[in-house]
Amino acid sequence: MTLLLWGLACCALAAAAASLPSTYRLGVTTTLGAVGCALALGASLDTLLRGSVATVHTARLLPMFGLTLSLDPLGALFVLAAAFVGFACCIYCVGYARDEMRSRSALALLMTFIFALLAVPIAASIVSFLFSWELMAVSSMLLILTDQRHSRDARSASLWYGVMTQLGAASILLGFLLLTTHGGGQSFADLRHHASMLSPTLRSFAFALTLLGFASKAGAVPLHVWLPKAHPEAPSPVSALMSSAMVALGVYGIIRVGVDLLGGGTVWWWVAVASFGAVSALYGALHATTATDVKRLLAYSTIDILGLVLVGVGAAGALVDTGHLGVGELALTAALLLVLAHAGFKGALFLAAGSVERSTGTRNLDRLGGLIHTMPFTAGMFALGACSIMAVPTLSGFSSEWLLLQGLLHGFRDQSTPTLIVMLAGVVALALTGGLTAVAFVKAFGIGFLGQARSRGALDSFDAPPTMKVAMAILVVPSFVIGLVPGLVVPLVERAARVGQAPIPSSPVLHGIGLGLSHFRGAIEPTVLLVAFVVVILLLLAFSRGLANRKARRVDAWGCGRDVQTSRMQYTATSFAEPLQRVFSDVLRPQTDVEVTHVAESRYYEQSLRYRNRVSDALEQHGYRPLIDATLSIGRAARRLQNGSVHRYLAFGFVALLVVLVVLA
Amino acid sequence: MIGSVSSITYESVASVLQVLLIVVLGPLLVGFMAKVKARAEGRIGAPVTQVLRDLRKLLTKERLHARHASVVLALAPLVIVGATTVAVAISPLVTTRPLLGQSADILVIVYLLLTGSVASALAGLDAGTAFGGMGSSRAMTIGALSEPALLVAVIALSIQSGTSNLPGIVSATMNHPDWVSGPSRLLALVALVIVVIAETGRLPVDNPSTHLELTMIHEAMVLEYAGPELALVTLGAAMRLGLLFALISNLFFPWGIARNFSYVALLVGSAALVAKTIVIALGIALVEIRSAKLRLFRLPELLAGGFVLSVLAVITGLVTR
Amino acid sequence: MDVGSCNGCELEIASVLGPHYDVQRFGTRLVASPRHADGLLVTGVVTHNMAGPLRQTMAALPNPHLIVACGDCAVNGGIFKEAQGVSSLLGDVVSIDVNIPGCPPHPAAIVEALRSLTGR
Repeated sequence: MTLLLWGLACCALAAAAASLPSTYRLGVTTTLGAVGCALALGASLDTLLRGSVATVHTARLLPMFGLTLSLDPLGALFVLAAAFVGFACCIYCVGYARDEMRSRSALALLMTFIFALLAVPIAASIVSFLFSWELMAVSSMLLILTDQRHSRDARSASLWYGVMTQLGAASILLGFLLLTTHGGGQSFADLRHHASMLSPTLRSFAFALTLLGFASKAGAVPLHVWLPKAHPEAPSPVSALMSSAMVALGVYGIIRVGVDLLGGGTVWWWVAVASFGAVSALYGALHATTATDVKRLLAYSTIDILGLVLVGVGAAGALVDTGHLGVGELALTAALLLVLAHAGFKGALFLAAGSVERSTGTRNLDRLGGLIHTMPFTAGMFALGACSIMAVPTLSGFSSEWLLLQGLLHGFRDQSTPTLIVMLAGVVALALTGGLTAVAFVKAFGIGFLGQARSRGALDSFDAPPTMKVAMAILVVPSFVIGLVPGLVVPLVERAARVGQAPIPSSPVLHGIGLGLSHFRGAIEPTVLLVAFVVVILLLLAFSRGLANRKARRVDAWGCGRDVQTSRMQYTATSFAEPLQRVFSDVLRPQTDVEVTHVAESRYYEQSLRYRNRVSDALEQHGYRPLIDATLSIGRAARRLQNGSVHRYLAFGFVALLVVLVVLA
Repeated sequence: MIGSVSSITYESVASVLQVLLIVVLGPLLVGFMAKVKARAEGRIGAPVTQVLRDLRKLLTKERLHARHASVVLALAPLVIVGATTVAVAISPLVTTRPLLGQSADILVIVYLLLTGSVASALAGLDAGTAFGGMGSSRAMTIGALSEPALLVAVIALSIQSGTSNLPGIVSATMNHPDWVSGPSRLLALVALVIVVIAETGRLPVDNPSTHLELTMIHEAMVLEYAGPELALVTLGAAMRLGLLFALISNLFFPWGIARNFSYVALLVGSAALVAKTIVIALGIALVEIRSAKLRLFRLPELLAGGFVLSVLAVITGLVTR
Repeated sequence: MDVGSCNGCELEIASVLGPHYDVQRFGTRLVASPRHADGLLVTGVVTHNMAGPLRQTMAALPNPHLIVACGDCAVNGGIFKEAQGVSSLLGDVVSIDVNIPGCPPHPAAIVEALRSLTGR
């Protein structure tokens, strides 16, 4: 715990160091931030290894209620994710930060954001939690504005994000307040103690309110609308932190409130969580396949993976509620392992996308191409992250999805209908998103990095400086660790999953190098699979090179004998995804505009044709915008009440006072 | 991998036998289906060993790489064959105890096959031509729609058998012969046949003998390959076909497969596998003769139908438990 | 590859691939890309417009390869020898391995020529 407090102090110092003159600013801030994250990393690993719980309370730092911090294994897992990604991002910033990002405000906000990300999982009272939650929200909202001079959408993205996160925070606050209705303090220990005294309806209400807030933060559909706007506009290290650590805190909140503080609850809570998850997974995967902005694609795939995590959490809750503790713990362990894996590969993907944006000046896949020749390291890191998210065996995405599938599969042994619905929805979501994610990332890597360059920016691109390369490499390491030796990581995750549960006699996962189940038949040994794969590849290489023993001859690509083969003749990202867009057009609702200008003399001849095809978020277009328009029209109508007459305003005040007095009486 | 040295020897021999068998059997099955179709057209057609002859010839030819291609084009054939070989080596084809049989989970096999598809799609995009992009786009779309059906159909079998480990499913089916005619199994079988037709690029999903690029799906991705790399890609596709046919036959009618540590049983298992896959190849060839290629945008209806059938298989399995 | 023919030879080639002559049983088949091919079956004289595509196709063929000239036009110019639009004879641009004379050649002759290549 003391180690973590030192880490937090370092990050706070880093934020203060942003006031230094510009020669020292970047170096000192990022070094202090990296040191702080490293200390937090050490503290969280120590807690996970020992399974200990440490609490600290000080009445001084926050008014009225004081600050209560408690580091337990569940919080430590999320601190681990945030600290790891934060460490890499601090290193990344040294090479990446230019212009606005080197300014005092941007660096101070970045360090405050990292501080808040480390503080939320250890907050142990309502006030401390909400304080760090708000700090996180405000700092990230302001960070999105860093590039507003270069990007038109940054302001609107920041506004959407700010409004939705504040509404979510209000909902969480209401939920927490409901939990304190029967007196007692506002620290989590007190809430846990008093939760059993609340009526079931009150607990369900509290859970529902907090679920809305936390699900919105985790990007659950339909509350996800801010995510695809905010993540692309923020600078890449900030996007990496948001996608890896911040959205995971939404899941943390659900587990903390639902499992730890409220101790379970009815099975219908968890059916709701799992439904949110299944719908998000499918929606996110679909939109990822049709996104042409590389960071928007990554944002939607975050919604997809977090949807799967929510499915796992929902399945775990439902199983524990119906008495299958072992399988329930298995499902929760799988969900938390997926959170860790996601933090690693999504961070690496966003940092690689940042490197691409920095060197080519664009995020639009339709204008990239051929980057594997000019930026081989970035291409390699992106490829590894993409393979991990596509669940290629021996990488982390595969190990976590396997464990999740085992949890769902063995959850089918239960006979009750709600659990069966959850399991079925989970299995269907897992199956469908696997193929769609593969399409999205083949598109991202194949169109963005392979083939010929489609624009000047792509032709003139260059690879990242050494600090950015080191940061990307750091974030790729967990993909291999969790992928090849998951059996060493799972015991740590299991301790986090045990929070608030009754202890079970034996752990559902065998402890070894690979993964194995102790009560059912099922196992995978990724290290051995990798060895087998490498052996086969070497044999094939020897065979085909030995027989052929020739170098390949370079020739022009076969273009049906055409003399001209330009880069415009290649497939673009839009064309790659077009068949899927057609298949799922009811969900995606693409908007197609065709403008035809006819020749003046005759309507039968066309002078020019303009074709525009856009896939915007259908929920935003058909759900949120009508709501916003309705609110604005109510506001406009209400403005007629403001006619400037003081008498009318006094009359309003008098009537309102009368109503309040009547109600109170 | 605990066990005596002799059991590891047996398992290794079994896995190597499986790989060699599929390397030979896959192309032979492709040739056999072409022969059946030719006979139905009134021709004599190419000999059944034609694909094997083509592979041997291709190894002697020159290797060509497109100018804009990167290392992906050279690596992809190795990854395709490598992933398929590992999947063949660990699947329960000739015996229920292949090497690494404990890792022969349904998710492992499906994602190894997916790795192969992803590698070939990336290679198609690497050359920077329109055909490659078209082939990749279509192949990935069909993969995205057929892989869920594959996964859910085998999950229906897993729920019934209590494990997602493939040798476990095979053993459980052999211990309960009455499961074979269950409604959930039949639905899963139909769904899997649709999926296998899509994944191996047979009519009505894809015409394997077309020369028109606009009608190609798998062919369009391999237009840039020549020589030994083309041999590897063709072999990979044939092995995939062999593996999928073998898995259908062993997951639904596993009798004949070796269950103990006897080497004679391996030979019996191989013979049984050959017989069963020839029957399936004949069935699919007859389906191909009777159908025309579907329009690309009608394929999702067929594949969605397969997915719905597999979900029904799961639900029926839960209801009739 | 049709570099400038009247399509008469193509009709004969189509019947060679059909059920009656069925050249596939002797191990030859038509492929979609020159990269997959061992040889090029050329018909017609080399016209101006097809000279470039012929060069591209030759470059796309992997070594070792064979060129088969099918029909009188490909062999020695046939009736289009002095025609306008003709850039050269096939023999002047590539080295021909097998000639199939005839205007158009009988399908049996085409089958014989292809069998001499595959040895079956």
